[in-house]
Amino acid sequence: MMVDAETLQADLRALVGAEHVRPATAADAIDGVPAQVVVEPGDAAEVAAVLRLARDAGLSVAPRGGGSKLGWGNPPRRVDLILSTRRLDRVVEHAWADMTATVQAGCTVAQLQRVLAEHGQRLALDPLWPATATIGGILATNDSGALRARFGTLRDLVLGVTIALPDGTLARSGGKVVKNVAGYDLPKLMTGALGTLGVITEATFRLYPLPSHVSCVRLSASEVSALHPVLLRVLDSTLAPSGVQLHARQGAAPALDLRFEGIAAALDAQLEQLARLAPGIASQPLAPEAWPTAEPLWDDADLALICKASVLPAQLDALVQTIRRVSAPLRLSWELLAQAAGVGWLRLAATNEQALLAALSILRAEVGRLHGSLAALHAPSAVKARLDVWGADESALPLMRRVKEQFDPQRVLNPGRFVGGI
Amino acid sequence: MHPRIIDELRAIVGTHGLIAEPEQLRTYECDGLTNLRVVPSAVVLPASGEHLQAVVRVCHRERIPFVARGSGTGLSGGALPVEGGVVISLSRLNRILEVDIPNARVVVEPGVINLDVTERVAPFGYFYAPDPSSQSVCTIGGNVAENSGGAHCLKYGFTANHVLGLKLVLPDGEIVQLGGKTLDPPGYDLMGVFVGSEGTLGIATEITLRVVKRPEVVQTLLAAFHSTDEAGAAVSEIIAAGILPAAIEMMDALSIQAAEAAVHAGYPQCDALLLVELDGPAAEVALSMERVTEICRGCGAWEIRLAQSEAERMVVWKGRKAAFAAMGRVAPDYIVQDGVIPRTALPRVLREIRQLSEAAGLRVANVFHAGDGNLHPLVLYDRSVPGQEHIAETLAFDIIKLCVQAGGSITGEHGVGREKQKYMSTMYAEPDLDTMQLVRCAFDPQHLANPDKVFPRPRLCAEKQGRYEPHPLEQAGVAELF
Repeated sequence: MMVDAETLQADLRALVGAEHVRPATAADAIDGVPAQVVVEPGDAAEVAAVLRLARDAGLSVAPRGGGSKLGWGNPPRRVDLILSTRRLDRVVEHAWADMTATVQAGCTVAQLQRVLAEHGQRLALDPLWPATATIGGILATNDSGALRARFGTLRDLVLGVTIALPDGTLARSGGKVVKNVAGYDLPKLMTGALGTLGVITEATFRLYPLPSHVSCVRLSASEVSALHPVLLRVLDSTLAPSGVQLHARQGAAPALDLRFEGIAAALDAQLEQLARLAPGIASQPLAPEAWPTAEPLWDDADLALICKASVLPAQLDALVQTIRRVSAPLRLSWELLAQAAGVGWLRLAATNEQALLAALSILRAEVGRLHGSLAALHAPSAVKARLDVWGADESALPLMRRVKEQFDPQRVLNPGRFVGGI
Repeated sequence: MHPRIIDELRAIVGTHGLIAEPEQLRTYECDGLTNLRVVPSAVVLPASGEHLQAVVRVCHRERIPFVARGSGTGLSGGALPVEGGVVISLSRLNRILEVDIPNARVVVEPGVINLDVTERVAPFGYFYAPDPSSQSVCTIGGNVAENSGGAHCLKYGFTANHVLGLKLVLPDGEIVQLGGKTLDPPGYDLMGVFVGSEGTLGIATEITLRVVKRPEVVQTLLAAFHSTDEAGAAVSEIIAAGILPAAIEMMDALSIQAAEAAVHAGYPQCDALLLVELDGPAAEVALSMERVTEICRGCGAWEIRLAQSEAERMVVWKGRKAAFAAMGRVAPDYIVQDGVIPRTALPRVLREIRQLSEAAGLRVANVFHAGDGNLHPLVLYDRSVPGQEHIAETLAFDIIKLCVQAGGSITGEHGVGREKQKYMSTMYAEPDLDTMQLVRCAFDPQHLANPDKVFPRPRLCAEKQGRYEPHPLEQAGVAELF
């Protein structure tokens, strides 16, 4: 049942304070779906209370952090409330001697890193748009970058979470110690769940020291097929890079970038070993500040698809060949920034929507043959309306639906946005 | 169990794949936690994923609880059978299905022995990183169920960080594939929640693992200290210096004494011994090891030895890995605990354990993964002395409470199983446990997969669909939730 807007806002004001509830504007719409009200709870208990109120009133809720990835996922079926974590922005505890930190969901990645850096530490992760992306947002979208080569992704770094469920339950799972096998690992379940099971209000991470020294190097060749064997040799070597990234673009020479961290004297030995692994390949130092990030792929992205692609490391070359083969007849321009793990960002730009849809459909079939996946994270709304952005053909989908049914039986959270219309 | 069902199970797995004779069933009455024993009604040993699925289907149809079992090395009673239930032993599902070196992936069946994975990829210069002390006998399936760790997980992570895909038989007999050889598949990370679920969510039939390239150099340092406080300080300083060792292990005087008696590792007789292992590129290890040596010396180490050969390194580790078993040399019985604390609480918690030990009049030996704060206090006692076992159990529980109070966990690698289900509520509040139960109800609404483990009882998911509500007997004060 729907309540009228005024009653709803009055109820919300009573929960979180009048100044933290406002009518939504056009700017709050998600994927073109307008919202009614924006509410900003001040603590975890208020988040839980807002969710319960929404559930009781039959409303849908879209959690929102910095909004940097708000367009990811299928368009929501409905957005009644936007639950902003803006006020949950504190680093609750930096137990630097134990190398853990507990932080509220609305804290930005950059702010957390600033606090951790005071003790020479970091969250060993380089997600997109760190200045605006929040901890809750990167967890919900499972966003990571090049550092995954050495430190893994969020699921490897998160030790505990506190979540608010649509029935108002506030639950803690995991803990603050690195080693803990008591009970189910809900922090992993929440990571990448796009806010469809609960709202993360707080998370605890294991930390790593900031490196005393970073050396980056760029290898280049005219073809990916010349660089890819080097990438595989590096993976099969005793080198310990913290990041390995393959950058390929239509009409430009590809590059293989490697990042090494550690004691300066020891890094030289690694760079020498690298040179031996890449005979005849041009190499030049790369300033760590110039390390290419994925953000530029989103620039002027209106008529582009930006996908997260995942294949095996040994198939990266095949992926590039496939992209090239599919793009040419459709006159698409393309760019791929892939981690050595086989996971990458792919941008496909076209002059018409039809070409994007065709390319995605062919590429998905090809990537599927490689047992990989291709999820469209950004797409023009007319394109999104005609595809499932996740493209998952999962035997586990019925089980995923059962999990959703248990956590959120009334479909309060982000309805329709996740895989299989969850 | 009805003979008709026994016959049906036999028809699936064959005569050699079914055990129903009472005497033979006794072999399966417990796992590594031997003070709890239940004889199951039948043990089946499927030889294929199809067998396994068919067996689970029969159990589901007949509402018969089942318990999956690997080598039975678990220390928390996770594979303790259910009375009237079936034990599904996975020891015949022991094939390595695929070795993919270019992508560093190996696909195995659940009954494959942990160390066999490493042996299979060693010729290519790779190893499987999670290394529980029982790795020469324990199975990958058991490791997945328990999210096993080991000495080297400080740097390399746990089983959960090395499992990339799972083919599962769900408790209703359906098969699902979670994850796979490629990373970051869209959808919920159900694999992440399955690893460490102690057999309560289903049974894995195929497991895709990540293997790791062997580092260029491995070096192991042994340092003797006058006290666990000094050794603890060295651990903290090493980590604070930005060094991430592959392992840091600590042993106290009593465990050194036992290990020496058993394997003659040549340990110095001291109050605290640290083993610090560094691995990685040669130049980095050499420079970091200099720093570690300086730190140990600065914290009061009076003897420091760097293993000079692989053989020497192996001897150093042999003493550490034998420490539990060696306790038999200094006491007739022991309870091994598995608490975790934040590293910085180490000196304080060790002191408080000493106080508790003195107050109880029982000795406690300490041998543990100091780098990640995973304590293994061994409470020594003598079962033949009336009342001593009870005192030992109480002391062990007090030590675990101490760990939780220090901000830690009731288990770092052994699992909750049957042994610690009553401790779960010292660590988690009712809503926390209730939320975990949602996952259970999604995977196993009938509560057939390893029932009555992990969670405090009674948690009767099977009696109603949905979440926990107090049982009428509980509300009436007749039954207690503990």
